[in-house]
Amino acid sequence: MADIRNNFVGIKSPNPFWLASAPPTDKAYNVIRAFRAGWGGVVWKTLGEEGPPVVNVNGPRYGAIWGADRRLLGLNNIELITDRDLQINLREIKQVKKDWPDRAIVVSLMVPCEEHAWKAILPVVEETGADGIELNFGCPHGMSERGMGAAVGQVPEYIEMVVRWCKANTRMPVITKLTPNITDIRKPARAALAGGTDAVSLINTINSITGVNLDSFAPEPTIDGKGSHGGYCGPAVKPIAMNMVAEIARDPETHGLPISGIGGITTWRDAAEFMALGAGNVQVCTAAMTYGFKIVQEMIAGLENWMDEKGHASLDDIVGRATPNVTDWQYLNLNYVAKAHIDQEACIKCGRCHIACEDTSHQAITAIVDGKRHFEVIEAECVGCNLCVNVCPVENCITMEPLAAGVIDQRTGRPVSPVYANWTTHPNNPMAKVAAE
Amino acid sequence: MATGHFKQGIAGGRLSPEQYADNFSDLHPPLDHHEALVESDRCYFCYDAPCMNACPTSIDIPLFIRQISTGNPIGSAKTIFDQNILGGMCARVCPTETLCEEVCVREVAEGKPVQIGRLQRYATDVAMAENKQFYRRAAPTGKTIAVVGAGPAGLAAAHRLARHGHEVTILEARPKAGGLNEYGIAAYKSIDNFAQAEVDYVTSIGGIDIQNGKALGRDYQLSDLTRNYDAVFLGMGLGGVNALRADGEDAQGVTNAVEFIAELRQASDLASLPVGRRVVVIGGGMTAIDAAVQSKLLGAEEVTICYRRGQEHMNASEFEQDLAAANGVIIRHWLQPKRVIAEGGKVSGIELEYTAMQGDKLVGTGERLTLTADQVFKAIGQSFVPAALNGSGALLALEAGRIKVDAEGRTSLPNVWAGGDCIYGGDDLTVSAVAQGRDAAESIQRALTSNGRA
Repeated sequence: MADIRNNFVGIKSPNPFWLASAPPTDKAYNVIRAFRAGWGGVVWKTLGEEGPPVVNVNGPRYGAIWGADRRLLGLNNIELITDRDLQINLREIKQVKKDWPDRAIVVSLMVPCEEHAWKAILPVVEETGADGIELNFGCPHGMSERGMGAAVGQVPEYIEMVVRWCKANTRMPVITKLTPNITDIRKPARAALAGGTDAVSLINTINSITGVNLDSFAPEPTIDGKGSHGGYCGPAVKPIAMNMVAEIARDPETHGLPISGIGGITTWRDAAEFMALGAGNVQVCTAAMTYGFKIVQEMIAGLENWMDEKGHASLDDIVGRATPNVTDWQYLNLNYVAKAHIDQEACIKCGRCHIACEDTSHQAITAIVDGKRHFEVIEAECVGCNLCVNVCPVENCITMEPLAAGVIDQRTGRPVSPVYANWTTHPNNPMAKVAAE
Repeated sequence: MATGHFKQGIAGGRLSPEQYADNFSDLHPPLDHHEALVESDRCYFCYDAPCMNACPTSIDIPLFIRQISTGNPIGSAKTIFDQNILGGMCARVCPTETLCEEVCVREVAEGKPVQIGRLQRYATDVAMAENKQFYRRAAPTGKTIAVVGAGPAGLAAAHRLARHGHEVTILEARPKAGGLNEYGIAAYKSIDNFAQAEVDYVTSIGGIDIQNGKALGRDYQLSDLTRNYDAVFLGMGLGGVNALRADGEDAQGVTNAVEFIAELRQASDLASLPVGRRVVVIGGGMTAIDAAVQSKLLGAEEVTICYRRGQEHMNASEFEQDLAAANGVIIRHWLQPKRVIAEGGKVSGIELEYTAMQGDKLVGTGERLTLTADQVFKAIGQSFVPAALNGSGALLALEAGRIKVDAEGRTSLPNVWAGGDCIYGGDDLTVSAVAQGRDAAESIQRALTSNGRA
């Protein structure tokens, strides 16, 4: 049986599934329910400094987009950090940690960008017995207008500075949560590392407007006729988040920096993918907010079964396994040739592969053969682009089949070369290096 | 249970009022808004969609479903009506299981087609509830066209002709318009007087004058029409019912299924409608199923369909056969009627002979079977009655007993077109009649405008 116990920068949890800092972790009631359901840890919803708590809007905080059958694909929110009293939160954290010693409790923090503010909050959090802190440099709405959250996360120098203050003033591990609302995720990650962070977590939410009400012409979610950009999350952001995780994991400057992966993780498979790209564990929010805490049971069992099936004994066997396979376009093998193949037994003859290829791509799939509705790849036209695979409603009906070396590519008329060759040495590249041979 | 349930002979009042109401409620209740969205999500928007090709009126089904899924049911209804102005009724009565839904790729993939018929009903219901009219008439052409029969073919032709700016007069023999939509479909497929609502919706375009009680051959002749109108469209359907060719056929209690169905549709009080305690229906098509199921729903204790060939030969779709079975109708195959047994002039049973295929030929085996029955319905097909055409003037060419037309619906007489069940080569479906009426109208339009007269 695979061992899925997690040790993330010294913080131990029975599994790698944590709940991200968000409404599901705002108070003891929710967190206890989450632990009962089986979650390995939580990042308690962001605490602010002592004093009157922040206030939230009293209307819609969330907007969404949906797929077929109204399956929630993307969610955004304009909720701020906790609007509960600091002392109540601290008391609850302490009690829950005492009652659930085997679970991870990390506390998310966001206070003004001044050293005294951080110096004030760190000891009171430490006193709760929490396992670590996460610096919320990601929140893209509301708090950023006050110089906190993403306003810090978008300036690498500030990140480094605040991380350094925290490392200097607490024994707790520091996880720096990054905003994706930047152009190059490696810069804030490097800054966090330079400040001494123990880990980064990413992504926080993405600036977004989920919809426009066409009666009132107001963006959604709408508060009294107006709307503000909210933070976007859920399955729709997963590809963006995975790329950012991979960018940090494979950056020579940050390679080896522990990463807590966040962004649209809904199933065990999503979690495994993030971990393969270099995340040491994962944080989940939207999936829990959509389906409730029980989903963690599917995640635990799914991850264990997959690891058993593949012979992975522990999480160390999978974390970062895909990282070396993430590369730059220029290093992709241009001698690799694949062609689409349609399994006629599985084909339900919807014709979407044909019309996608015919209208928008390479005219490489038939519609009629011998007077009959028949969809077949024309190898002489197929560039192997994979669009047909992606639009086909039947899984594995269309597959990309690599041509073996030596086989004639019907499109080019040339045999497939067995030699790896990329753009850096390609004759069409004006900046090509001289081939090694 | 009502006291009359086991009354001998042909009697009404077999059920309680609640049972009648329940039995004759909507067979396929309409999809509500949520259900329509969920179902429309299932459509794959196929290329050159098989459903569309299977539809006799070639409705752009993927497009109208996509319009439902994007919250545009009005646009969806227009997509349907563009091809089929009687899309509302077709949504209710089309044997979708042998047309669009049979070839739906979801049927191929999962055995569960997208419910195209019910989605079509959803969209057309929305538009008709708003009385949304999509078409404006072209400038008046001054041309007049006579349409014989206000059934699906005639209405479809009339609507298309009115759109083109012609003045249409529909001559209908029955007291109400609608043809088989009004008189010939099981009541649970067209509730709430939908057929008349649809006639009103279709004729709202203007330029269509329906005259009821005007029968060809009785009140006027074809030659009157060809003389007085620029064009004539014949869509009078089938007037005759095939005989059983069994002895004693004229006994009291032997009824044409189509008359029973029509009577049921027109009945204001179902309890007053008499039905036998033990009913035998002879036939294997939709009419047989409709008569049998409705007999059962009216409270008949025992209903048996006897068909002279095998299950695989039945014209009634599998869905219809299942519907009959689910309602307690027994379907027996390889039996042909030989003799109606009567007592005191009234049916008391029917003697049938087993049949078998001998090569390509159906033959009786000689073995007989007698079923007790107090009512026998004949549902072995209808026939075209050409007598009405034989008034003054040239004779119309027939083929296999029905009117011969070309691909555009032109008959052998100049300026006379035909469509619907009265023509040879059709499949006796409402939706096909609509397609033929529509296409004949376009042919008429071409004829009236291409010779310089318009």
